[in-house]
This record gives sequence, structure tokens and C-alpha cells, in this order.
Amino acid sequence: MSARKYKERAIEGIFLSFALVSLVALFFIMLFLFQKGLPIFRVIGPLEFLFGKSWYPTYEPPEFGILPLIMGSLFITVGAILVAIPLGVTSAIYLAEIAHPWIREWVKPTIELLAGIPSVIYGFFGLIVLAPWIQDLFNLPTGLTALTASLLLGIMAAPTVISISEDALNSVPASYREASLALGATRWQTTIKVVLPAALSGISTACILGMARAIEETMAVLMVAGGATLIPTSFLQPVRPLTATIIAEMGEAIHGSPHFHALFAIGMVLFFITLGLNLLADFLTHRFKEAGSGTL
Amino acid sequence: MRELIAFWCVRMAIVIIVAALGIIIWFLGKNGLSILSWEFLTEPPREGMTEGGIFPPLVGTLYLILGTIICALPLGVLAAIYLTEYTRQGKVIRVIRLGINNLAGVPSVVFGLFGLAFFVIYLGFGVSILSGSLTLTFMILPTIIRASEEALLAVPQTFREASLALGATRWQTIYKVVLPQAFPGILTGSILGIGRAAGETAPIIFTAATFYTPHLPRSIFDPVMALPFHLYVLATEGTHLEKTLPIQYGTAIVLLGLVLGINLAAIVWRARLRRKKRW
Repeated sequence: MSARKYKERAIEGIFLSFALVSLVALFFIMLFLFQKGLPIFRVIGPLEFLFGKSWYPTYEPPEFGILPLIMGSLFITVGAILVAIPLGVTSAIYLAEIAHPWIREWVKPTIELLAGIPSVIYGFFGLIVLAPWIQDLFNLPTGLTALTASLLLGIMAAPTVISISEDALNSVPASYREASLALGATRWQTTIKVVLPAALSGISTACILGMARAIEETMAVLMVAGGATLIPTSFLQPVRPLTATIIAEMGEAIHGSPHFHALFAIGMVLFFITLGLNLLADFLTHRFKEAGSGTL
Repeated sequence: MRELIAFWCVRMAIVIIVAALGIIIWFLGKNGLSILSWEFLTEPPREGMTEGGIFPPLVGTLYLILGTIICALPLGVLAAIYLTEYTRQGKVIRVIRLGINNLAGVPSVVFGLFGLAFFVIYLGFGVSILSGSLTLTFMILPTIIRASEEALLAVPQTFREASLALGATRWQTIYKVVLPQAFPGILTGSILGIGRAAGETAPIIFTAATFYTPHLPRSIFDPVMALPFHLYVLATEGTHLEKTLPIQYGTAIVLLGLVLGINLAAIVWRARLRRKKRW
């Protein structure tokens, strides 16, 4: 009997060690980002790095200010959100509140497929179709602009917003809707004044994760954003976001050079931005769950 | 009346989303399908990539998928078993879950940097199938864990109780009762993660991919050509952008077909499983 118990214990231990792999991986990612990224601060101070206005890593002397890249990411992300959130949240309302079950059964897998299209394909589509269209429409010297990237990213981030918002809407108890309808409210009034507020923190989570999705996107923005490292002043200018910079320049950065370390330091910045957004989303979800059960 | 307009606006949003998918597939299909042929799939590129096929990148991508499945599936399933079958709500579980959630949020380009620093440089695997597969493994691990957890949780508690009541140990119960029931669900969920790995570019650029190799990889320590990287380079850096355009379309449609095929198979299979559920 006790041998059997030991064996069970051992098996549980093995499973535990596999469960810990993700945690260890996360730790290693941080460790190696720091190891390769921190040495840049021997060349340039952290504040100069973050807020320096020019990024010319190959000049002599090189300049490693990533503010233009941060602004590039910010422009594109804000633009993408302006597309993805209205589109995503209204779609979620449609799917959760209005659609016939058979439509839902068809549309949900379609959206899943949309989320599954590789970003390099979106990038290719943006390059061949969207960019020339934007160029003609606004009569620009190039169609590779922050706007192009924003539109593309908005469509790419929409599935994230839709699926999480829809979960939030579905978890609003049916009794809320019934109570509202029984008081004589129409379906639209019920949706806007009862269901939507009840699902608000879930929807905010969706928006934050959609934002994280837009910031971390790499290939599509690399291909359509244009790549200029100037601080952008309008959506019709080419920009170079953080992610694109890493991919575009790692090939030419010599291993161990300040440029190499600077690119890893950009990785650190990205890591902490997305970590922050994810923790915020996590916090909102938990508060939402507690509020939900508390009020019932 | 106002209500009707509002409902139509809401419908428009979903139409736009679905239309976006339709336009992308239609556009690539219209321009890409005509170039597809048996030769395109089975021949290497020629004449500085302006002619010939995409055999090496296709094979490279399949190798990377295979390597990723071999590493990620066992890791993810075993982790999920611990989380669902041995869970005693506590600090350990909460910390593990936090780890998984945050690993899922790490940007793909950061995975690429990590793979470069750890597998390629520190462990000395070089730019290779091995480094690329391991990097992709960590990227899709959270997806596989979540899918497996969902499938394991869908097995009714009564199955476990019945088995334990018959005197089976916990491990026997997991191995002989829970896993066989959950297996199809685990697989369909995991396939969706694999589909993502197949189309990712950023994590493999520094860890596995090369623009051109004259021969197919001979070992897991060789670099490979890969479809997404092939498309990226042809579309942005080629010296003959116009001349390679048909090949770009062809590569895009093959990559899209591969990824959508993988995902569609998983989605259809999952729908059938849900309908057939016996409990």
C-alpha cells in the first residue's frame, strides 16, 4: 500500500514539474532579455534611451533614442484600436444579443479563421492592395503609412476584441434581460442600458487585450508601416514601430555591439508594456467576476 | 424605427469583419490559384527566385511544425493534467497560472529574441530547426495547455469518482479513464495552436530561417527555408519585386491554404465532437 502511495506521489511530482515549465520559460525569457539588453545602459542612460529623439544606430557616433519608435507604435496602436474596438464590440453585441443561433454557428468559426491568418499574409495583402489604395486616395508619395498599418491591424485585432467581449456579454445573467424586458424596455434599450453596463469590465478587458495584440504585432506592421524613424506628426506619414525595428535591424547588428544590445533593450520595453497590459486585463477580469457573484 | 436602424448598424459591423476575410481569401485566390501546379510545390526556386517552385520552404515549414508538435504537445498536456487533476487551490497553482497567462502575452518578436539569445547563442544550437521548433514550442505552450485543460474539465467528474470507487489510483484513473475521453478534445484544441506556429515569422527569423539553402536540411541542426519567411523576403527585399510577384502570390496561397486547412480541420472536427458527445 505504501509503495503504491509513493508511486502516486512521484507521478504527481512529475506532472508538477511539467506544469512549472511555463513559469521557468517566462523567467528565462526575462533573464536572457536582461542579459543581452541591459549592457546598452553602459553606453547610454535609461532615460536618454527611452526619450532620446533620434534613432540612428549605424551612424558614427550612433544614436539610440527610441522615442520615435515608441511614438510609431503608439500611433499605429491608437489607430488600430479606433478601428478594432467599435467594430469588435458591436460585432460581439450582434453575436451575443441579436444573431440567430445558426448565424452565430457560422460566424464564430469564420472569425476564428480570420484570427488564424498568418500576419505575414495580412502584411502581403496590405502591401499589394491597401497601400496603393491609400496612396491614391490621399495622393501621397507612398502608401506605406501609419494609417495603412492601423487599418490592417484594426482588422487583425478585431477577433480578439470580439471573442472576449462576447464571453463577457454571454456571462450576463438572463434574469437581467428578463427583468428589463418585463419592465417594458425594448430589446435595444435592454442591450444598451442593462446588458452592456453589466458586461463593461469584461469588455474593457477585451479592449486592453486587443491593444496588446496591436502593440505586439510584428510582421504586418513591418511590411506596411513604411519604416521612417522620425517622430510622426500625422497618420499619413511612414513610421517604424518597436517590433518592426527589431526584425528589420537584427540581421545587420553585430553580435555584442551596442546596436545588438539596444535591440534587445527594445525587446525589454515591449515585454514590460505587454506584461503591464496583461496584468491590467487580469485584474479587471477578476474584479468583474467578484462583482458578478457579489451582486447576485 | 430608431431601433431598426441601430440593429442594422450592428449588423454592418459583423458584415465588415466577415467581408474582410472574404476579400483577403478571394484576392489571394484570384491571383494565386493559377500559379499553383504540381511543379510549383515540388521544385526548388531557380534563377534568383524568379522561377521554379517552393519545395524547400514548404518542407522547412513542415519540419518546423513537426518539431513543434513533438515538443509542445507532451509538455502542454502533462502541465494541463497537473492543473486539472491534481489541483489543490493554492498559491502554487495561482503562480503557475499567472506564468501561463503572461507567457501567452509575450510578443512573438520577443520569443524570437529569446530564442536567439538562449537556443542559438547560449546553448549553441545555431540557426536551426531545433532552435526554431523550441522557440515556437514556448510560444504555443499556453494555447496547448488551455485547450487540454478545457478538454480535461469537460470529462464529467462522475467518471473519475466511479473509477476511484473501484479502487483505482489517481494515476490509473487519469491514464485509463480521463485521458482517453479527453484525447480528441485535446487534439483539436492543440491543432489550432499548431496552425499559429505554422504561420509565424517573427520567432523563426533569427532562430531557424534562412533565405536560401541549396539543399534540404539533413539534420535538426541545419537552418531551413520557411514559407512565411520566404513570402516576407520576396515581397519586401527582393531585387526583382515585379518578376517574383507570381511566386509571391503562390507562396501566400500555399501558406494560407496550409494554415486555414489546419484550422478548418480542427474547427470542423471540434463541432462534430460536440454534437456526438455521449454524456
